[in-house]
Amino acid sequence: MATRKTAAKSNVSTDELLSYYRDMLLIRRFEEKAGQLYGMGLIGGFCHLYIGQEAVVVGLEAAAEEGDKRITSYRDHGHMLACGMDPNGVMAELTGREGGYSKGKGGSMHMFSKEKHFYGGHGIVGAQVPLGAGLAFADKYKENGRVTFTYFGDGAANQGQVYEAFNMAALWKLPVIFVIENNQYAMGTAQKRSTSTEEIHKRGEPFGIPGELVDGMNVLAVKDAGDKAVAHCREGKGPYILEIKTYRYRGHSMSDPAKYRTREEVQKMREERDPIEQVRGMLLKAEVGEDKLKEIDKEIKEIVNASADFSKESPEPALEELWTDIYADEIPQEVN
Amino acid sequence: MPRMTMIEAIRDAHVVAMEADPDVIVMGEDVGYFGGVFRCTAGLQKQFGVARCFDTPISELGIVGTGVGMAAYGLKPVIEIQFADYMYPGYDQLVSEAARLRYRSAGEFTCPMVVRMPTGGGIFGAQTHSQSPEALFTHVAGLKTVVPSTPADAKGLLLAAIADPDPVIFLEPKRLYNGPYDGHHDRPSVPWSKHPDGEVEAGHYTIPLGKARIVREGTDATLVTYGTMVHVALAAVEEAGIDVEVIDLRTLLPLDLETITASVCKTGRCVVLHEATLTSGYGAELAALIQQDCFYSLEAPILRVAGWDTPYPHAQEWDYFPGPARVRRALETVMKD
Repeated sequence: MATRKTAAKSNVSTDELLSYYRDMLLIRRFEEKAGQLYGMGLIGGFCHLYIGQEAVVVGLEAAAEEGDKRITSYRDHGHMLACGMDPNGVMAELTGREGGYSKGKGGSMHMFSKEKHFYGGHGIVGAQVPLGAGLAFADKYKENGRVTFTYFGDGAANQGQVYEAFNMAALWKLPVIFVIENNQYAMGTAQKRSTSTEEIHKRGEPFGIPGELVDGMNVLAVKDAGDKAVAHCREGKGPYILEIKTYRYRGHSMSDPAKYRTREEVQKMREERDPIEQVRGMLLKAEVGEDKLKEIDKEIKEIVNASADFSKESPEPALEELWTDIYADEIPQEVN
Repeated sequence: MPRMTMIEAIRDAHVVAMEADPDVIVMGEDVGYFGGVFRCTAGLQKQFGVARCFDTPISELGIVGTGVGMAAYGLKPVIEIQFADYMYPGYDQLVSEAARLRYRSAGEFTCPMVVRMPTGGGIFGAQTHSQSPEALFTHVAGLKTVVPSTPADAKGLLLAAIADPDPVIFLEPKRLYNGPYDGHHDRPSVPWSKHPDGEVEAGHYTIPLGKARIVREGTDATLVTYGTMVHVALAAVEEAGIDVEVIDLRTLLPLDLETITASVCKTGRCVVLHEATLTSGYGAELAALIQQDCFYSLEAPILRVAGWDTPYPHAQEWDYFPGPARVRRALETVMKD
């Protein structure tokens, strides 16, 4: 089975670059704001920031078409913004307000949008992977030509149910792209300390699933790999694995002591490989002026600030909401 | 009216549902080509094609997980887990995904899925093929749990479960597949073809989830039970010579508490019966609810009769099984007070 590295093509338009820049910057600034709100005590519990990994979802969203589905783990804010969900609704879910995508019931890890075909953040490591295969099954059953992007991390790649899903997806030739966002650390455990093989994309080989390694700091490389995977699925050839090597700058969650890697390692990645800076460089080289980029920065800042305001102003859910959305017809509960 | 075994009735419910709705699909280990280990899906693959009734790998977590994905996007998967005991590897998907999808998405996505599993003992399946894990499901908000006791109920309840907008656990007492079982293991068993409850209406009908059935009316005490134990209860009542009202819950969640409390408030005495182990069993929930609602009508403490708190034994199956003798003793005890 072919496993190969994808190199970025150079024939990309300035408009495309601008759109990648804008989308990645939105995620970056949104996440920075979420981090601030967390620090201020406005967001409670879990909050997994996507900073550093922006090129993965932005590149793959560029390869997706209307109606394609996406499902991911708990590090899900970037996926939602990249597929066009409203930053207000995402931020308000983080602060647990009525205006959040799940009315404050789900929190950071559990949000959904039927309109954007986003099938959720999922809080159990790896649990979304069979769901992604099931979504793809439904697409195939309905013969609608859609594909499902099923995201999970290098840590989840060691969950048994991932391989149950691989087997079924290959057996039934499901149009699913398994996207392994390899940020190299499963919480505080480096890949080499938890994973028997370095090349996780090769783990599909025994099932007959082609896989490839992709530079996840380069949005163009991700887009190219996404195009190829999507074409494979739409042609009815079954699942495809993309192992996208990326890096998260922040901790696993907000309570990460960051003792498992050096400050220098993070700094080096930020300085030399940053996905947004790479595109910024390309734009400047393509003679897009600083003014234009500043204009985008300003626009993004406004969107993010508005989402923060919304997330503070939106009311807390009414007490009655505690007992709703459990069943279609609510079962009466004794409340005392 | 035609007579069917519970197996035939369950199979018939699949046929009716699949004919009515192309989004109903059936999957599980051996359900397609082989027709199911207990034959509940026999012939479905031939009739509806391999796209709608198909075999899965032995991957319970993966089976339930893919089912949730299918259901979230408009299909209606009817999943067979070969034995309820095999649900444990798939339990996380049931609890963390199937049961919670509606709540976590504030109603945006739902999981209209049925997970069928043969439950209970009485076939010498020993500890890994005999368990009654219903309390593991009733403990999970977001799941509904159904246990039929007759072929007619099995068909009507299964059709209601398939039509239900939420995930439903459908536990099929395997000891009842071929005939009612009164707990007298040393006597020949009666086939459904010779029992009035073996009569099953043709075509589509449903029995609403959350509605209990008074199987036998009585005035002296109330016996609340479900599944295989309904028939054991009836035998025990006849042998005890006490005028006991026997209630078959049919659905454990949602629970028809009204029917139970009306009966217990009338009789003033109550025994709760199930095959599952006693401690933290569903009977504890029933006893708590009944004493709360009927406290001032009770003439005696509520007693529970259940499987012992042991693994399901192989050789000593009938010592474990809460048969008619134990039920009779409990009834006699509540009548003494």
